[in-house]
Amino acid sequence: MKILVAVKRVIDYNVQIRVKEDGSGVVTDNVKMSTNPPDDNAIEEAVKIKEAGKATEIIAVTVGEEKAQETVRKALAVGADRGIHVKVDGTIEPLAVSKILKKIVEKENPDLVFMGKQAIDDDCNQTGQMLAAHLNWPQATFASKIEVNDKSLQVTREVDEGLETIEVNTPAIVTCDLRLNEPRYASLPNIMKAKKKPIEQINASDLGVDTNPRIEHIKIEEPPKRKAGIKVASVEELVQKLKNEAKVI
Amino acid sequence: MSVLLIAEHNNKEVKPFTLNAITAASQIDQDLHVLLIGSKADDVAKSLSEVPLVKKVLHIDHEIYENYIAENYTAAILKHADKYSHIICSANTFGKNLMPRVAALLDISQVSDIIKVISPDTFLRPIYAGNAFATVKSNDERKCVTIRPTSFEAAETTGGSAEIEKIDAADQTENTKFINREEIKSDRPELGTARIVISGGRGLQSGENFKLITDVADKLNAAIGASRAAVDAGYITNEHQVGQTGKVVVPDLYIAVGISGAIQHLAGMKESKVIVAINKDGEAPIFSVADYGLEADLFEALPQFLEELNKLNTIQK
Repeated sequence: MKILVAVKRVIDYNVQIRVKEDGSGVVTDNVKMSTNPPDDNAIEEAVKIKEAGKATEIIAVTVGEEKAQETVRKALAVGADRGIHVKVDGTIEPLAVSKILKKIVEKENPDLVFMGKQAIDDDCNQTGQMLAAHLNWPQATFASKIEVNDKSLQVTREVDEGLETIEVNTPAIVTCDLRLNEPRYASLPNIMKAKKKPIEQINASDLGVDTNPRIEHIKIEEPPKRKAGIKVASVEELVQKLKNEAKVI
Repeated sequence: MSVLLIAEHNNKEVKPFTLNAITAASQIDQDLHVLLIGSKADDVAKSLSEVPLVKKVLHIDHEIYENYIAENYTAAILKHADKYSHIICSANTFGKNLMPRVAALLDISQVSDIIKVISPDTFLRPIYAGNAFATVKSNDERKCVTIRPTSFEAAETTGGSAEIEKIDAADQTENTKFINREEIKSDRPELGTARIVISGGRGLQSGENFKLITDVADKLNAAIGASRAAVDAGYITNEHQVGQTGKVVVPDLYIAVGISGAIQHLAGMKESKVIVAINKDGEAPIFSVADYGLEADLFEALPQFLEELNKLNTIQK
């Protein structure tokens, strides 16, 4: 069984975002970048499945500018066998990414495609479901547990009401929740070994996919700031404030 | 052209977030039709028809829709979607799962999780966990939009009398099977719609200690929330998680106890009307968004808090 894992390079989750003054976007120069956190869970799960002897090959793929390759390299360091980098400059929307990934799936014929449920930059939560639609494959989104059977998966999904379990036939798309597993760190020897693993570069334009944005970003601004609050000295004062000033209890 | 809203329900009742999404959809276009896909859900169809903002209810009734499966819903939506300028649903786990599948098959670039309708093609949406707001204009001819439910008031549910039209089911997928759903039953208000939320973080130190939170929640008739750290540590189950990848809540009062205030948590609660933070670390980032901060040991403060609440003659419910 072959697993394709899609990863995205985003601003590190610990970075405090700064909005550009001209309203054109957020500051990315000299800002720490990392793999989108739930994509790390996706890689980890694939590696665990391979370690359990149920997968033979893991391919990590990313779509993005030159430096996006770093996320593929990281995936190789934690256990992916080879990488694919689809190069594209500028903004690319989930719809276009899903069309590019469809081309990669058609080329590689994986049995499973894993990715994070949502990227923490644009917070769209679309790509996995869109890829499943293009391929007419089943989708198991927001996975917190995956059981691999012969020709199917049993997936526990995190939903508003609690947990839901579904069974999907393979080939299938799974989008991973942060609680699926605990991503491992790459060891230094594995980071060194990863440098020798192959990453195939493909230009998005060669895949015949229209990557022009359909959504115009008119303005990016800071959210309204909350007015500064106060510190209260005691529980008694807190309750009085809530009762008489804020009038919420 | 009219707009089509996809209803979320359990074949007995409409889920509350659908009512918030109805409000948003009606701001896009008043000719609002609601699509109900279910099995023996006539009561749901009736209650939707009584929502004054709804102009028409399209009802697909078939046993294959007893459980919600995105693949089956998508096929049903596509069968009837071509007359509509916008397809809309709530941006909770229901709509997040469903809408991109619909959008991709219509070749539409979806606009996710909007918090404001500026015009029928322009919307405001949070990005980077709410640390920036983007004004976006969709240039697709038709739009697929998901609505952040807590950013819109719930629609009135009585007084309307929309027509209910029965329409055809679509084919069923053979590749996805529903197995089960573990719903955690509770007498408390739902986290997403509660007037008061009290949340615990890693500072609680154990699942047992969440009883301190529960006691106050009982007194205030509050929903219980948690930070991801508390959920990951196993103190409480995942459906309580508030944050970027959990639930977004906008209660009148949010009480954060033993929560440091990571960016990802703030994303889920900082629009709350009044925020209280109780934390023994005076430098914790949670204090930067709190209207009332109490620097104290929660193990002393929470019992005292309950005691003070007990002294009050009345408590708003």
